[in-house]
Amino acid sequence: MERIPILRMGQFLLVTIQVDMHDRLAVQLQDDLTEKISEWSSRGVLIDISTLEIVDSFIGRMLANIAAMARVLDAETVVVGMQPAVAITLVELGMSLAGVRTALNVETGMELLYELRGDFHSEMGG
Amino acid sequence: MKSVKQETVLLTTSGDVVVARQKVRQWAMEMKFTLVDQTKLVTAASELARNALDHGKGGQMVIEHVENSIRNGLKLVFEDRGPGIPDIEAALRDGFTTAGGMGLGLGGSKRLVNDFQIESEPGKGTRITVVRWK
Amino acid sequence: MSKLPEMISKHQEAIRADWLKQMSGAVRRADLMSNEEIDSQSRELLTTIASGAKSGGITNLDGPAWTPAREALAAISASRAKQGFTTSETAIFVLSLKQPLFAMVRKELAASPDAVFDEIWKATLLLDNLALITADAFQTTREKFIARQQEELMELSTPVVKLWDGILALPIIGTLDSARTQVVMESLLQAVVQTNSRFAIIDITGVPTVDTLVAQHLLKTITAARLMGAECIISGVRPQIAQTIVHLGIDLANVITKAKLADAFALALQRTGKTVVAMDSGNAKKTLFKKEE
Repeated sequence: MERIPILRMGQFLLVTIQVDMHDRLAVQLQDDLTEKISEWSSRGVLIDISTLEIVDSFIGRMLANIAAMARVLDAETVVVGMQPAVAITLVELGMSLAGVRTALNVETGMELLYELRGDFHSEMGG
Repeated sequence: MKSVKQETVLLTTSGDVVVARQKVRQWAMEMKFTLVDQTKLVTAASELARNALDHGKGGQMVIEHVENSIRNGLKLVFEDRGPGIPDIEAALRDGFTTAGGMGLGLGGSKRLVNDFQIESEPGKGTRITVVRWK
Repeated sequence: MSKLPEMISKHQEAIRADWLKQMSGAVRRADLMSNEEIDSQSRELLTTIASGAKSGGITNLDGPAWTPAREALAAISASRAKQGFTTSETAIFVLSLKQPLFAMVRKELAASPDAVFDEIWKATLLLDNLALITADAFQTTREKFIARQQEELMELSTPVVKLWDGILALPIIGTLDSARTQVVMESLLQAVVQTNSRFAIIDITGVPTVDTLVAQHLLKTITAARLMGAECIISGVRPQIAQTIVHLGIDLANVITKAKLADAFALALQRTGKTVVAMDSGNAKKTLFKKEE
């Protein structure tokens, strides 16, 4: 079965959504991510949606769910790269993804994750 | 409202929702809708196609290029043979849900288009017609 | 079978001369168009009507035989709509053809009063139909004209300016309606992506009033920017607007607002780790803005 790949970068997970997702694939991603967070004790998840052409209420709900589930597993979630047209439409649809953190691109998203998990630096510094 | 051309997409599996989105995108691009308008149309189509599939046990979507005296529009008609919607007003309210979702499907898609019309007969099915004008 | 088509063809020049005389009394607008223009328009129209009537009959004007006449009418209406004629002045141009046509019918069929009445009735129907086509075309031209002007107005709408690396400003001047807000919102969010800006300042000093709808649009823009990973700051909120916002019960609790654009800019600088320091009097190197290390 088709799957969205999850990359492991140290204590963070990186997911790039590049396909026009059908609903089963989205549910699969949700399952895979929670499993990996738990398996690798990840502290953060970065989801890049910059190539996604729409986010409807189903995908919006999936993003909110992932953030909520990750939070329970002690990991932060940052969604990056949402396109203006997608953001305008999502707001009009009535979704604000209140529990989800966002950043403009992967770079600022990673900075935000490091900022949120300040303990990483102290661990490295001794 | 005059019809210029139309096409039908069957909605029987969740993969068909993806096909419906792609078709609407293609038509909206051909009609030169702005990127934001395209996105709104495709998102509304995604919501309503999924609605027809999840609640209406499948059906079809008809895409139509329409025009009146001064404007062009893209009209989408979703038809299903499901149980119908007993209380349309309630179904349009944000937060209304029967499938355990966020209940933004119908009310949300209404805000993404210019014209929105629901006809439903309990036991027979539902027809939702939306138009976005350029 | 009507004799009208044949009569129009035969007496075309006479009818036209009479028509021009009619118009000089009733609907000539010497201020808006020249004699030559009227001359050529009337000639073209009468020729196309004559040929349309001859090959297409006078009851149904939808067929291909009447296409040249319909197009001529549309062109005349369009040019008049642009020149500033009123709808009735444009319709009368066509309707003033009635009198010359009736006169001609009466003269030609003088021997048979019944036939005169019959043909005049048919001529009336024909001209009424032509007048309706004219009015429709006139209206369409006006509507397209208005739509285009609206689009042009939109385009000069509102520029997004870059204040500093990662900080944009959008000074809004004039009343915000939903169409304009949509354009403004799109260009702001587009600029956020293009310039990779984490902060966008929306300055509403130049906005005369804020009603519920405008406030909702602003809130939507702010929410959309947040979804993209950028933060909006509203500045230039005048005292009476602050009062209105509270009276309308609009919740701006989650929105950063500042009185002046300068305050908003300072806040954005601070949030991006920069600060404004005074110049050292003896220092020739002007370091106005210094990044915090």
